[in-house]
Amino acid sequence: MNEALNELGTHIELKRADCVLAWDVSHDELNIDVAPANIVGFVDFLRSDNSCKFSTLVDITAVDYPERAKRFDVVYHFLSMYQNQRIRLRVSIREDEMLPSIVSVHPSANWFEREVFDMFGIIFSGHPDLRRLLTDYGFRGYPLRKDFPTTGYTEVRYDEVQKRVVYEPVKLVQEYRQFDFMSPWEGAEYILPGDDKAEAK
Amino acid sequence: MMDGGKGFEDALTGEQKIRNFNINFGPQHPAAHGVLRLVLELDGEIVERCDPHIGLLHRGTEKLMESRTYLQNLPYLDRLDYVAPMNQEHAWCLAIEKLTGVVVPKRASLIRVLFCEIGRVMNHLMNVCTQAMDVGALTPPLWGFEHRETLMIFCERASGARLHAAYFRPGGVHQDITDKLIDDIEEWAIDFPNFLDDLSDLLTENRIFKQRNVDIGVVTEEEIQQWGFSGVMVRGSGLAWDLRRSQPYECYDEFDFQIPVGKNGDCYDRYLCRMAEMRESTKIIRQAIGKLRDTPGDVLARGKITPPKRGEMKTSMEALIHHFKLYTEGFHVPEGEVYVAVEAPKGEFGVYLKADGSNKPYRAKLRAPGYLHLQAMDHVASGHQLADVAAIIGTMDIVFGEVDR
Repeated sequence: MNEALNELGTHIELKRADCVLAWDVSHDELNIDVAPANIVGFVDFLRSDNSCKFSTLVDITAVDYPERAKRFDVVYHFLSMYQNQRIRLRVSIREDEMLPSIVSVHPSANWFEREVFDMFGIIFSGHPDLRRLLTDYGFRGYPLRKDFPTTGYTEVRYDEVQKRVVYEPVKLVQEYRQFDFMSPWEGAEYILPGDDKAEAK
Repeated sequence: MMDGGKGFEDALTGEQKIRNFNINFGPQHPAAHGVLRLVLELDGEIVERCDPHIGLLHRGTEKLMESRTYLQNLPYLDRLDYVAPMNQEHAWCLAIEKLTGVVVPKRASLIRVLFCEIGRVMNHLMNVCTQAMDVGALTPPLWGFEHRETLMIFCERASGARLHAAYFRPGGVHQDITDKLIDDIEEWAIDFPNFLDDLSDLLTENRIFKQRNVDIGVVTEEEIQQWGFSGVMVRGSGLAWDLRRSQPYECYDEFDFQIPVGKNGDCYDRYLCRMAEMRESTKIIRQAIGKLRDTPGDVLARGKITPPKRGEMKTSMEALIHHFKLYTEGFHVPEGEVYVAVEAPKGEFGVYLKADGSNKPYRAKLRAPGYLHLQAMDHVASGHQLADVAAIIGTMDIVFGEVDR
């Protein structure tokens, strides 16, 4: 299994050295880091090259790392039903950067890119219809960013007087309970609430 | 249209002014299988454009999962595709096991296969019967749901819950099943093919059913690649692609089963595939039962990610501490990222898990098969009659729990 993946990784690197920044095989999966500008051509190459044939787009998602300069990792998964292989592409981009859309190569990227735009605010250039997908009509903010609170900013209720649903800022009856049981002896770098002796240590 | 006399020059020119009609299908339409809103642009009865609006059942599962421990996240997976909940849990457990390198005991593995196949039958029963209802047949759902109920009672006897089981755990399954339950499942599995024959008598050669399904929603091999289809949507078109066979997980490679494929890739062939798959699943269930009887033993890989035995917990201090820490802090998963896919009844269900070494996932992405199928709605339904939209939604096997997440 791993040998085949190593072979495939070497093959791809040889053929498209300009696109591949780095590659590795971990947990029996092939990961390739790709430069943002080359993603469309590279995906097209993966689809049409005979020893790759990654013709099915499985997933596009993103991961947010607020502390990094290149804040987002956009992660593509592809599957080849013909070679029975999977591959993962990672593209790192800054918050103000745009990423070329791959809808022209894989029509199925349409909703995935809309979802990533919806959830992370990453803009895909050349996307035919970049609207929000999962969130409410008129929603603001990007929920899956790490700086977006889980409770959100607005809540809705049905107003008897106005006879319609109204939007209001979130009002929590009690504080949002975020239980964190990380062991204070190992790993956790915060002071537990109510820990009087924390200072004395 | 409703624009009254303005510009209506019928009497002068003798021609009628025709405008395309836009209609809203759903979100509260019984054939939408949940809260789907379709904005349809019609030319007469023909669908010109179809824009699905999803997200009406969006619960922010992925966001919630980032602030909960791995074990607390498990029940969220049940609530994705609530028609076959255990298959989703399976993907989550496999992802954690891949990162932590835990090997599941044989008996647990067999129980997982058993309940995954029960889930598959539950799903296909639901799908075949409700699709029949969408095209006008009332009897199949009445018959089929009775068997679904039997299966859900099996789930209840194993896990305590009919639907949201939370039964598969990282490292095995929650608890062992009794011999009586194994016997009862076997009794059901022997009887079930007869029911499938009856159901098939109702539908397979039914004139109306065929008129509504044959040559409707045809997908070709090329479209499958373009739109990222999986599961029955692929097999209905003649590609024998099944993750249980091509990328075996759990212990599916030890089982003897066939992968039914269709020929024409239309709604009718997909219906036939589902019927055949239920028979194959029944075969797997009976084999799993045979193997289960020969495989006694523990159902959890005892270690850091699983609780200690009850008796041990009552006598050993270490076990008690471990139990307490496991259910409060939770277990830590080593840093890394994995993508694990299972052949859920609807297609490839995948979990992309990014772990940072703590007790919570840094990012978990749930890849649902129905999401891609629904995306292709515009492509597949364009050019069909309005009435076929219901049949196509039915055959795509869409459940909003997993599409909206």
